[in-house]
Amino acid sequence: MNIIAVGISHKTAPVEVRERLAVPDSRLGEALHRLCSYPGIKEGVLLSTCNRVEVYAVVEDVEVGYARVQEFLADTHLSLSSEQLTPYLYWHMDDRAIGHLFRVAASLDSMIVGEPQILGQLKDAFEAALTHKASGVILNKLVKKAISVAKRVRTETKIAETAVSVSYAAVELARKIFSNLGEKTVLLVGAGEMAKLAAKHLINSGVRRVMVTTRNPQGALELAKRFNGLSIPFDEFRREMAEADIVLCSTGASQYLIRAEDVQQAVRRRLNRPIFLIDISVPRNIEPAVKDIDNAFLFDIDDLEMRVEQNREERRREASRAERIIEEEVRVILHWLKSLDVTPTIVALRKRAEEIKQAELEKVMGRFGHLSPQERGAIEGLATGIVNKLLHGSLVTLKAEADSAGSAMFVEAAKRFYSLDQAPTPEHQDSTDTPESEREHSGKDR
Amino acid sequence: MPVPFFMATLVLYLIGTGFFLAYLLRRSEALSKVSLAITGIGFLAHTVALLTRMMEAGHVPLASFHEAMSFFSWTLVLVFLIVEVRHRIHVLGSFMLPLALISLLSAAALPKEVPTLEPVLNTVWVHVTLSMLGTVGFAVAFVAGLMYLIQDGLLKSKRFNVLYAKLPPLDFLDHLNQQSIILGFPLLTLGIIAGALSAEFARGSFLNWNPEQLWALVTWVFYFVVLMGRLTVGWRAKRAAYLTIIGFACVILTFIGVVLKGHGAIA
Repeated sequence: MNIIAVGISHKTAPVEVRERLAVPDSRLGEALHRLCSYPGIKEGVLLSTCNRVEVYAVVEDVEVGYARVQEFLADTHLSLSSEQLTPYLYWHMDDRAIGHLFRVAASLDSMIVGEPQILGQLKDAFEAALTHKASGVILNKLVKKAISVAKRVRTETKIAETAVSVSYAAVELARKIFSNLGEKTVLLVGAGEMAKLAAKHLINSGVRRVMVTTRNPQGALELAKRFNGLSIPFDEFRREMAEADIVLCSTGASQYLIRAEDVQQAVRRRLNRPIFLIDISVPRNIEPAVKDIDNAFLFDIDDLEMRVEQNREERRREASRAERIIEEEVRVILHWLKSLDVTPTIVALRKRAEEIKQAELEKVMGRFGHLSPQERGAIEGLATGIVNKLLHGSLVTLKAEADSAGSAMFVEAAKRFYSLDQAPTPEHQDSTDTPESEREHSGKDR
Repeated sequence: MPVPFFMATLVLYLIGTGFFLAYLLRRSEALSKVSLAITGIGFLAHTVALLTRMMEAGHVPLASFHEAMSFFSWTLVLVFLIVEVRHRIHVLGSFMLPLALISLLSAAALPKEVPTLEPVLNTVWVHVTLSMLGTVGFAVAFVAGLMYLIQDGLLKSKRFNVLYAKLPPLDFLDHLNQQSIILGFPLLTLGIIAGALSAEFARGSFLNWNPEQLWALVTWVFYFVVLMGRLTVGWRAKRAAYLTIIGFACVILTFIGVVLKGHGAIA
């Protein structure tokens, strides 16, 4: 029983390939059924987003599993053969496969490291696998763990904290000047895409009052409607600027639209309340001399991009901390997986029964101090007989299911029925077991 | 003797200051918890020290400069803890705690004996308490102004460093500056009036035009102008930050003058 991950992502395949493999939600059920119908594939989860298409599966044999999943992926699109796909694919097994799943969930493998959508997409993929009964004991546990690992990474590192887009960097800067964006007013000058995006982010962050102006009055009206704001005649916006706490400027004009004296005047009329100006236009529309005016804070496109670059750097730093968390969590889950093997469970079950038997025998023998050897033998025989007969069915079933699809489920059940996890002795055994199990896993990987 | 608690407070504030300064310069947020815990324990020790001293003396412990400085330091930490609980701005501690430490150190350097008050002077503590509370307001305004200027400078020069990341938004600092003056100024005014009244009873003249009294009046006028300027013609933000820093410097000068002349007893 092994875990594998096979797929393509933005790192290994261009969009032309990814789009052909992508499975739309409507066909997810059918795809999952097809995946699980391949012999040797016991459980499967299919994650299909615009940046990746990958399959996580529990298989009997790794090589066979790899081949089957590759076939499955190629079959999703008629024009692709299995061989054509080979250069784009990656294959992971066991601890590497689990690590990959965790990294994907924690958004370490995303195009923009730390972006949060992937976690929702993974949850959806998992829901689908549950609905279509494609995932079982092992993948259920793995994906749930992946989700909790992703949350842990997000709370313990700053991976998703900082802005990594120019438009969002503007919001981040605004937050360093104004503590409550809810009571601030933004003035949008021009209809450049990036400025509109920044305005949208600001509104999402609480800004309620929006003023819009463009050279074309019709455009201003439309924009104002879109942002639920106020349109202002282009000739007058310099006067209205005193009303605005945040000025977003992005037009196609080739000269300065806002001059230093305009800002100076606005600041004066604002009684020195700070004003935050963002110039996303190239060529610039706000005179650079504005930076020398007290209580006016001007940032141009280069400043925002520098900020984004610094944040990316920060995210990369945080990513290495996240990797350590993931390593740690992979070890935990490997330990759990190891415990799902049939043999140690049988050993633990026998041991537990033996302990109970011995304990009960001691009690009885203590009560009858003067028993003859025959009598002792008879009582011992009785105990042994009952224990063995009771265990017989469980042991036979476990052995029989050792290589079947449901083995993990039976092991899990046996452990619960006989409380094998709680007993003090098996636990003790576990701890001496750990190094060995890890050795075994890393051995398998090579 | 309350001295052990006083010394314990001193040591705790010293360690707390160290941690808060390290917090200021490190990327990690983890140090803030340690710094806060140490400050909290220090504050408790300080409270015990003040209470024991009060019981020993039988009056509010504000009759000597040692006591006044210790009280000043205690109130600073109290204000910091209140702002911290409400706004979670840990970095404020990196500025407030050093100030509390300095005032406690100066308290330690001043004569510690409990003065025996002449009956005519036993109302002097009202004057001292009010003036000290007013001064705490100015001290907080000073800290807010200092932080404002640093953050303003970082934003203007586009240096987005660790300090930038930790300092709160500009308008929060400006608001803190304003609130501190609005609270501090009336307290100082009442403090001066109370002082004049005690002097009137003690000496028969409420003002004898000595340099410290003059400085105190200058300070009062200064803050009056700062406050009015803010409320009417927009002396806020950077200008307010500069003015409150200058104002606090005046306050400290007054203090030094009074202490040097008074040699320990307020009268």
